Amino acid sequence: MYNRPRIIPCLLIQEQGLVKTVKFSKPNYLGDVINAVKIFNEKEVDELCLLDITASTEGRGPDFSLLRNIASEAFMPMSYGGGISTLDQAKKLFFIGYEKVILNTSFVLHPGLIYEIAEFAGSQSVVVSIDAKKKVLGGYQCYINDGKKRTENTPAELAVLAEKSGAGEILLNCIDRDGTMSGYDIDLVKSVAEKVSIPVIACGGASKVSDLRQVLQEGHAHAAAAGSMFVYYGKKKAVLINVPDEQELIAGGVYVE
Amino acid sequence: MIAVINYGLGNVGSILNMLKKIGAKDSILAQTPSEIAQADKLILPGVGAFDTGMELLHRSGLINAMNIHVLENKKPILGICLGMQMLGLSSEEGVHQGLGYIDFRSKKFLMKDKEWKIPHMGWDYVEVVKKENPLVSESKPPLKYYFVHSYHAVCKNFEDILMNCDYGYTFTAAVNKNNIYGVQFHPEKSHKYGMELLSNFVKACG
Repeated sequence: MYNRPRIIPCLLIQEQGLVKTVKFSKPNYLGDVINAVKIFNEKEVDELCLLDITASTEGRGPDFSLLRNIASEAFMPMSYGGGISTLDQAKKLFFIGYEKVILNTSFVLHPGLIYEIAEFAGSQSVVVSIDAKKKVLGGYQCYINDGKKRTENTPAELAVLAEKSGAGEILLNCIDRDGTMSGYDIDLVKSVAEKVSIPVIACGGASKVSDLRQVLQEGHAHAAAAGSMFVYYGKKKAVLINVPDEQELIAGGVYVE
Repeated sequence: MIAVINYGLGNVGSILNMLKKIGAKDSILAQTPSEIAQADKLILPGVGAFDTGMELLHRSGLINAMNIHVLENKKPILGICLGMQMLGLSSEEGVHQGLGYIDFRSKKFLMKDKEWKIPHMGWDYVEVVKKENPLVSESKPPLKYYFVHSYHAVCKNFEDILMNCDYGYTFTAAVNKNNIYGVQFHPEKSHKYGMELLSNFVKACG
């Protein structure tokens, strides 16, 4: 019996297009987001995570018409984050076909929203996203507003608070590794996964199957998310959607018996 | 016509999206007894807690129409996730009684080994116990589906078990008794495997 940790492509949306960032900046336009989701759907990925990276900084809510179009092509578990600040917005997302909502900025500003959403749809439907960056003198600090605004909390503190508030999962982004394809920050992931009993999805830095294995086994992540690894191909980073298949995941030690 | 029961809980949008995709274009969201009465088949979705589900279902005033459809007219119903658990007698998660269509109770996953986190969330292969069943007879294994749950059905009668799955130990992943079907996983979120299963329900389950 194999344990099959979820491998989750994490797609960034900006101005209705699919982009990929490096360290949360320099968004590179990759193509049409609906098209990309269709391809990930054909490749039968475990789950898809969509983040609208400018919704919060622009002070707007989710783009429901785009999200509805995306959902009608996606027959897999879908989570969405970006600009969610009310229970009604979350309800609308559940209704149009997203089973999880991801909160980052509003979690820090209004932790009570998590509880409200969890009470309505269950903890498994609320994901708190934590964006962490290494401090110059060691340790980590969390950011909100697409990495633009610093908070006083460490990732482990926010994760514990998220679990207490009723979140069902943590999506842990490492800002320093985002788009660098230099491997996950294992220490960061471990520092959070050890402190909570809810699943931690690690994100930021993956470039190959062995990175996924490492963060699951050494970082104790419950699932592994990645952006660049699934949208870039080869040394020259050609835009090409590619995901490892079951055999590669077994051979690479990601699925373990 | 397929009616997806809209009692305020569950990802009805996802189910309708998939029904549309497989060509069941006259599918509706049903929220009145007369809409239930007109339907050929019912789908009972559900995401969340057992008692919340049963309370909302009672408040919706649809249970009587469902009972007539299922018990008197013997027309098909498919329960999904919490919707499946509500087809049973009860759940350890709550104090309310279920619909009682099939003789099972839902119990919480009991793991000796902490490696198996709860909820069981992710993709797993199932073993089909009743291979001749119209819900799966046309499907070629291996079949895998997306699961999110902390409780699972324990059937009183082995002949009601349609599929098994392994997560820490073997549990019942789908049930069937005559016109009554229940799946613990989410076919509407399980790519072509789920599409095939829903399509079988729409076309083959009579």
